[in-house]
Amino acid sequence: MGNVDYKELKKGGFMRQIQKGYFSMRLKSVGGHLTAQQLKTIQEVAEKYGHGYIHLTSRQGVEIPFINIDNVDQVKQELAQGGVQVGVCGPRVRTITACQGNKICPSGLIDTVDVAAQLEKRYGGRELPHKFKFGVTGCCNNCLKAEENDLGIKGGVRPAWNDKVCTFCGLCQIICPGKAIEVNKKDKNLTFDMEKCIYCGKCLKVCPTSAWSGDPGFIVSFGGLYGNRITVGKRLLPLIFSTDILYKIIDATLTFFEENARKGERFANTLDRVGWHLLEKELKEVL
Amino acid sequence: MSIKADDFVDITDVVCPVTFVKAKMSIEDLEDGQILGIKMNEGEPILNVPRSFKDEGHKVIEVNDNEDGTFTIFVEKGGL
Repeated sequence: MGNVDYKELKKGGFMRQIQKGYFSMRLKSVGGHLTAQQLKTIQEVAEKYGHGYIHLTSRQGVEIPFINIDNVDQVKQELAQGGVQVGVCGPRVRTITACQGNKICPSGLIDTVDVAAQLEKRYGGRELPHKFKFGVTGCCNNCLKAEENDLGIKGGVRPAWNDKVCTFCGLCQIICPGKAIEVNKKDKNLTFDMEKCIYCGKCLKVCPTSAWSGDPGFIVSFGGLYGNRITVGKRLLPLIFSTDILYKIIDATLTFFEENARKGERFANTLDRVGWHLLEKELKEVL
Repeated sequence: MSIKADDFVDITDVVCPVTFVKAKMSIEDLEDGQILGIKMNEGEPILNVPRSFKDEGHKVIEVNDNEDGTFTIFVEKGGL
């Protein structure tokens, strides 16, 4: 092969190895899901063109190391026939990660798989000033580490209490991580401090009489980084209850990043430089 | 407390997920409407065991803080 366009290769998920002429080939996954058919295809390609193994990435992806530059087109073709697409690298929206969410996990409050699929459909691979990572986690147990991402989405719930059915057993007070609930068993009284509530929904899940109820929503965090610099994504907005608003918020966020970031600047660094309040102001206009 | 349990199980000697397995085995020996008392540790067990009972249709009717890092809960079989 003559002139190699490394930038183009990287865009298509080819990570240059230290071994000359070899690439670790990143495959596309959304929310960490791969079908059995895709796995079969990946196995065949890894055996035929790689070294018979795959690497699981830190972002729920699969890479096939030791793909020779001369086989790139053929490998892509064989993968495509088996329903496997190559992933993305470089300055764009990266692999969308997600936990299994409320369709599988008893703790889940939101359908993370659906949100991840929507994110991929709307923003997957979009070119930006630097890499941009999304992560979606179903509840405040935060298995997917939402705040590590440039934009993190976490399931939450705003609880409301119904005194008519409460038996004042005190379970909610015991399990509340924010210490927002106080139950007085003797006087049959309960106080709830919304300011301390972290929207985890544990009170709803544990309550024996369903005295706690509430609609699930999205807790969104901005500007997380977990590379050379480490920052925890910040929450700038109240709980968001509609997917329409959620995607409008994300549209506005990506536009803000495009308009304000220097080339090669991660989102958190842009926000630190230009001021977080500017993003906050724009997002509040969307609400 | 005034509640009289039909059976009692101490699950402070096991950790999740065995906590619920042990508690579940005990409640299976009871008839609907009978009450099981369960002593468990704070933290993971008090967060998960009552919730699992709820998911299986049993009703937590009383929770007592023993103030030594353990709780005793009373569950009515099939009470939900």
